[in-house]
Amino acid sequence: MTRKVTRAGSISRRRLLTTASGGAVLAASPFRINLLQAQEAPIKIGFPVPLTGPYGAEAQDQVRAGQLAVAQFNDAGGLNGRKAELVVRDDKLNPGEAATRTLELVEKEKVNFVVGSLSAAVQLAINNVTKERGIIFNSISQSDAINEAADFSKYTFHEALNPHMTAGAVGRYAFANFGKKVAFLTADYAYGHEMVRGFLEVGKQFNIENLGDIRHPLGTTDYSTLLPRLQALKPDILCISNFGRDQQIVLKQATDFGVKKSIQIIAPLLSHASRVAAGAQAFEGVVGGCSFYWGIEDKFASTKAFNDAFRKMYDGKLPTDYGALGYGGVRTVLEAVKNAGTVETDKVVAALEALKYDYYKGPQYYRKCDHQSVQSVLVIKSKSKDMKNDSDVFEVLSTEEPSEKNLRTCEALGHRS
Amino acid sequence: MAGLSLDLIALQLFAGLALGAIYVLFAIGLSLIFGMLTVVNFAHGAFYMVGAYVGLYLISLGGNFWLCLVAVPLVIGLFGLAVERLLIRPLYGRGIDYPLLLTFGLSYVMVECVRIAFGKTGYPFDTPEILQGAVNIGVGYFPLYRLFVIGATAAVLLALWLFLERTSFGLIIRAGARDPQIVRVLGVDISRVWLIVFGIGTAIAGFAGLLAAPLQGVIPEMGGTILAEAFVVTVVGGMGSIGGAVLAGLLVGVVISMTSLFAPEMAKVSIFALMAIVLIVRPQGFFGRAGLLS
Repeated sequence: MTRKVTRAGSISRRRLLTTASGGAVLAASPFRINLLQAQEAPIKIGFPVPLTGPYGAEAQDQVRAGQLAVAQFNDAGGLNGRKAELVVRDDKLNPGEAATRTLELVEKEKVNFVVGSLSAAVQLAINNVTKERGIIFNSISQSDAINEAADFSKYTFHEALNPHMTAGAVGRYAFANFGKKVAFLTADYAYGHEMVRGFLEVGKQFNIENLGDIRHPLGTTDYSTLLPRLQALKPDILCISNFGRDQQIVLKQATDFGVKKSIQIIAPLLSHASRVAAGAQAFEGVVGGCSFYWGIEDKFASTKAFNDAFRKMYDGKLPTDYGALGYGGVRTVLEAVKNAGTVETDKVVAALEALKYDYYKGPQYYRKCDHQSVQSVLVIKSKSKDMKNDSDVFEVLSTEEPSEKNLRTCEALGHRS
Repeated sequence: MAGLSLDLIALQLFAGLALGAIYVLFAIGLSLIFGMLTVVNFAHGAFYMVGAYVGLYLISLGGNFWLCLVAVPLVIGLFGLAVERLLIRPLYGRGIDYPLLLTFGLSYVMVECVRIAFGKTGYPFDTPEILQGAVNIGVGYFPLYRLFVIGATAAVLLALWLFLERTSFGLIIRAGARDPQIVRVLGVDISRVWLIVFGIGTAIAGFAGLLAAPLQGVIPEMGGTILAEAFVVTVVGGMGSIGGAVLAGLLVGVVISMTSLFAPEMAKVSIFALMAIVLIVRPQGFFGRAGLLS
């Protein structure tokens, strides 16, 4: 984290003194020249993410990578010398908090763009604010609803994958390889529901047999009473759709219960940060999807370049999946600004729509009707052996190439074709 | 859903008892402290969490899990002694709200300190090697480690019972719980008794935290959820009753497990429904003494 949130109206005497003396030093120093050069205000990108709470690990990585994109833009000279700045806020994984912070970013900080969020529900709250104010919002978290006509506006972009694409890719791989009898264990909120819908949709093509769907509340810490029931159903595949700490605990306990002996566990999304937090044992052998894995650097020059830049900025650390989304979300907006030659919203929207880009994971573009980023989905498996470094946690089993075929059609989403 | 068999119901019942064992272990410390000191210890969850972190730290220094089983209760118990002596003791005789507010605040301080020292994100905590895997218990496979937790809980209960019922110090503790005034008149230093009871209560909390770590990993907020559930257990069992905490803990485990079988969405609510029913029928809980809070 690079920026502390100071509460409005709580400027203490000490802070005032620090600021004043800082200003005095600055005025007398050679930095003054820089200040005079950059007379125009910086391009501000608001970045609300859940720094505190169960998704904190992922959110911190989003910020790190977002900062990298800004630094690269500034090092390359910005927009004719005009620099960019990331204004980070903690949305605490709460839609109300996120709406307030976003409003504050727009009204007080006068941000030009908003990028961020890490929750199916929270991004809709942010989107509500930005679409009303006519500010571009690039969401870097999974959601199906954000593509739909009811929530969409021309200012809404979606750099992340959506559940339909993710569950589709994982389902196509798993149902073809592991069997047709499937049981579900699902976090009881939008994310879980959208994922299961995605799996059942793609399951139709494979004639899967749905043995049942057990729902658990968000933030469950003990699954011992649900696992025997699921084992008794004797599925080939147990599909667990939850995220963050829930995913860490359930995989740990499923391992203890010996579920993996006879059943293949799959998850729509395997989070790199969660895998590191839960350890190799718990995730071993689990198959799931992701938008990015650093290991594809032998395949794409852009991945290699992104990894190297990230390593250089953060002492050899490698970026995670959600980190990469933070990078992609900010970089696409800044590249569009460069292409448009201005920060004017309508021109940047047009530049984003025209973008064909490859910044970190191979080719991508925003589909015209819903501004969903058409991109590859990786199907990965968690490993526990032969790891070369701390970040060497997954093996890429297959890659679903970017294709509009894997998205819901524009008509199905309620957009006029 | 298909697949409902007698074996499954038996296994589910067993899972409930195993889950209940963790509640019991957590709630007896809470109940012990309340029964003897009439202190509602809101920091109990924080002691539990710190217990898990101390275990994590000792293992990272090269210790093993078995050593932690002894070392963690000692460390947390000593910490508990210090908290009682320095923070809680000045508040005796000022009504029940004072220590309640103090421990409530203390829990926030402890969680925040752990966040600063160990970071906001959790750590994995591997199950000790010889307790890994599942064993056949006749009706199905059950994780060996959870069986170990049941055993450890039983051992702690037995030790506590022997201590309270069979030692002269235990006699003083029981007398002190009933009438501190008389005990004091008899020449017993009652504040020393309270100090030790608080130490034992927190030591058990730390022990419970260590046992829970291999089940769900370690995170600064881990004490919060179980504290809410443990209060249900102590209220159902009767505030201050150790026997009540044992019975209610197991019952809560079984209720959660049986609702999970038939209506998993209701599992979380079911224990609060249980609490409401018990409170309507028997406001003081199973074995509670009326009037402790007044």
